[in-house]
Amino acid sequence: MSAQVQLKKQSATEQEVDQECKASKTGAEIFIESLQNQGVEIIFGYPGGAVLPLYDALYRNPIKHILARHEQGAIHAAEGYARVSGKPGVVIATSGPGATNLVTGITDAMMDSLPLVVFTGQVATTVVGTDAFQEADIIGITQPITKHNYQVKNVQDLPRIVKEAFHIASTGRRGPVVVDIPKNIANAIFDSDAVEEASINLPGYQPTLHPNYLQIKKAVSLLSTAKQPLVLVGAGVLAADASKELTEFVEKYNFPVVNTLLGLGSIAGNHKLFLGMAGMHGTFTANMAINNCDVLLNIGSRFDDRLTGNLKKFAPNAKVIHIDIDPAEIGKNVPTEIPIVADAKEALLSLLEQTFEVQDLTLWHEYLHECQEECPLWYEDDGDGTIYPQFAVETIGRLTNGEAIITTDVGQHQMWTAQYYSFKKDHHWVTSGGLGTMGFGFPAAIGAQFAYPDKKVISIVGDAGFQMTLQELSLLKEFKLPVKIFILNNSCLGMVRQWQETFYDERYSSSLMPVQPDFVKLAEAYGIKGYKVEKVDEMEAIFKEAIESDEPTLVDCRVKELTLVNPMVAPGKGLAEMIGVKKG
Amino acid sequence: MRRVITVTVINQSGVLNRVTGLLMKRQFNIESITVGHTEQHGISKMTFIVNVEDQAKIEQLVKQLSKQIDVIKVNDITDKSIVMRELALIKVVAPPNLRSEINSIVEPFRGSIIDMGKNVITYQIVGNPEKIDAFIELIRPYGIKELTRTGATAFVRDAQLKPSAQLSILQ
Repeated sequence: MSAQVQLKKQSATEQEVDQECKASKTGAEIFIESLQNQGVEIIFGYPGGAVLPLYDALYRNPIKHILARHEQGAIHAAEGYARVSGKPGVVIATSGPGATNLVTGITDAMMDSLPLVVFTGQVATTVVGTDAFQEADIIGITQPITKHNYQVKNVQDLPRIVKEAFHIASTGRRGPVVVDIPKNIANAIFDSDAVEEASINLPGYQPTLHPNYLQIKKAVSLLSTAKQPLVLVGAGVLAADASKELTEFVEKYNFPVVNTLLGLGSIAGNHKLFLGMAGMHGTFTANMAINNCDVLLNIGSRFDDRLTGNLKKFAPNAKVIHIDIDPAEIGKNVPTEIPIVADAKEALLSLLEQTFEVQDLTLWHEYLHECQEECPLWYEDDGDGTIYPQFAVETIGRLTNGEAIITTDVGQHQMWTAQYYSFKKDHHWVTSGGLGTMGFGFPAAIGAQFAYPDKKVISIVGDAGFQMTLQELSLLKEFKLPVKIFILNNSCLGMVRQWQETFYDERYSSSLMPVQPDFVKLAEAYGIKGYKVEKVDEMEAIFKEAIESDEPTLVDCRVKELTLVNPMVAPGKGLAEMIGVKKG
Repeated sequence: MRRVITVTVINQSGVLNRVTGLLMKRQFNIESITVGHTEQHGISKMTFIVNVEDQAKIEQLVKQLSKQIDVIKVNDITDKSIVMRELALIKVVAPPNLRSEINSIVEPFRGSIIDMGKNVITYQIVGNPEKIDAFIELIRPYGIKELTRTGATAFVRDAQLKPSAQLSILQ
């Protein structure tokens, strides 16, 4: 070999080394950089083989990682974080079982339109499809339960995919996006520093945010003819951060308002125009308002069947104006007179720009007021000193002045909370609405507390649901999170038992849990203060102590076991056919 | 109602699965589906025929499909003036003594012979699905050994005339 050739070769090698030094970032490092570019501050997750490179890149990174004790805990925490902060919740789990453990949370976020970006590890692309160790087709599994999903096939695509994932999750109708990252992609060398330059290219995704002006005009003219108008408000108003505009709009025209379960908090619970939650366990007044209104303005609710009851009997006299960011929701369940595809805030601002005359609504308000007076929410207290769950919720409401962030699972405790906790503020209500997920409430409270370390976060749960994710108690101690847990303990699956009592002749098939752990000792085992409350006369003092404490606390509140959630619209019935209504 | 829907999609792996999965989840019954490249690089087009009960359902179908991130455009072209074609390959029992008789059936349908055996002939026939149905019914008595169809593919005609009743199946 001549000296010249040798020299040339050497310089080529040096060049290569130079090149490698300059851009010797791995996919994992680029991934973390991409997250930082998206402003991610906190990740909820659980490591495993396939995501080791990602976790290695996270080591000593300023992004906070919260190690949950189960992937389901991680994703529900991310949901709680997303619900109260409005920012996308970020989750990492490993391939196979790690990823499949996220399925419930992903579906829950899809049903309730919560922005989540979920990163799952995957086996190396070289063995994908061979049933390799801890391989699961998470793309196939999550396709029907995500807004969109990606598998990264080339490390060069990683920055763009991360950017697109956050964009899709947090715009339009929000929802979960899964990004599946094979291990060899995380380890691959990324050969330029193009993280910043990655641009979004989504020709098929252009959400409509601004309402059509002519449709707004039509809506206004219909509203001005209404003698019995009603505004139905769903979570879309909260997602659009439009509580202020909503309140201004209804006050301007004196329109009465009802909420869906997920819309609670969009207008203050004690507002004079607010008639309460509508639907299966809604107030009598809210349901009668829907039944008798002549124009129904739905803002950001998808007319879920738990809200509408029997569709054939839903709002029989009403012409419907439906504002929704998702065109597919308009006309899906309820025929719509005036469809308006828009972000709720934009639509409300457009409505506020218009000024129109409305009919004299005095009679309508009088009627609604009468309903409220005659048939308020009620529960019986037989005075034997046991605690009624409704009273427990009312007490929590009073002690927190309706200003705490409240999370729940699904079931009786959820409905009592919706009925008896009067929310004063928006973004303070975190519940599993569409999917109805047991085990959601407690980890969601952890996520909410991370979002707002200084706010009072209270998780009201049932004894059964709490046992599905209680391992996350560890996090309270580890991160000094002052979350308060109130278990409304009736030693059974309350709502299942209620339906068995009402519709299955009191045949309590597998719904009773006579053997329960000692929740106080359990709390203590996790290093948390626990209280047990059995009598109504000791309740207030203990609740107060628990709520005012700066520490995480658990209150095992034994409540009257056979209490029902009332009133109720039975399945297949119309809203006007409520049972369990009592004249007050 | 039988509807013809075309869906323009970004050609990414899994996109067909995404669309058919959506239809399955929403309980739409697909009669036929075809997918192929278009004149644009990276863009594919699907044509499918679905049976739906009413207008509201078809509207919901179009909206749900449009929501998919990889879907660029969805069109219900049923009521437009369209060209629609399907290909069928049919292997028919055709002993020598019956061949001219069978050929006389094939001829008006403009089918062509693409393979021949001792006692069987394979025909290729192209046309709209009804034409192919009609051909199959005529040829069935002779004995069909094997049959495969591609499903319909379609787009709208350049000139949109007022749709008139179809007089002949022999288009």
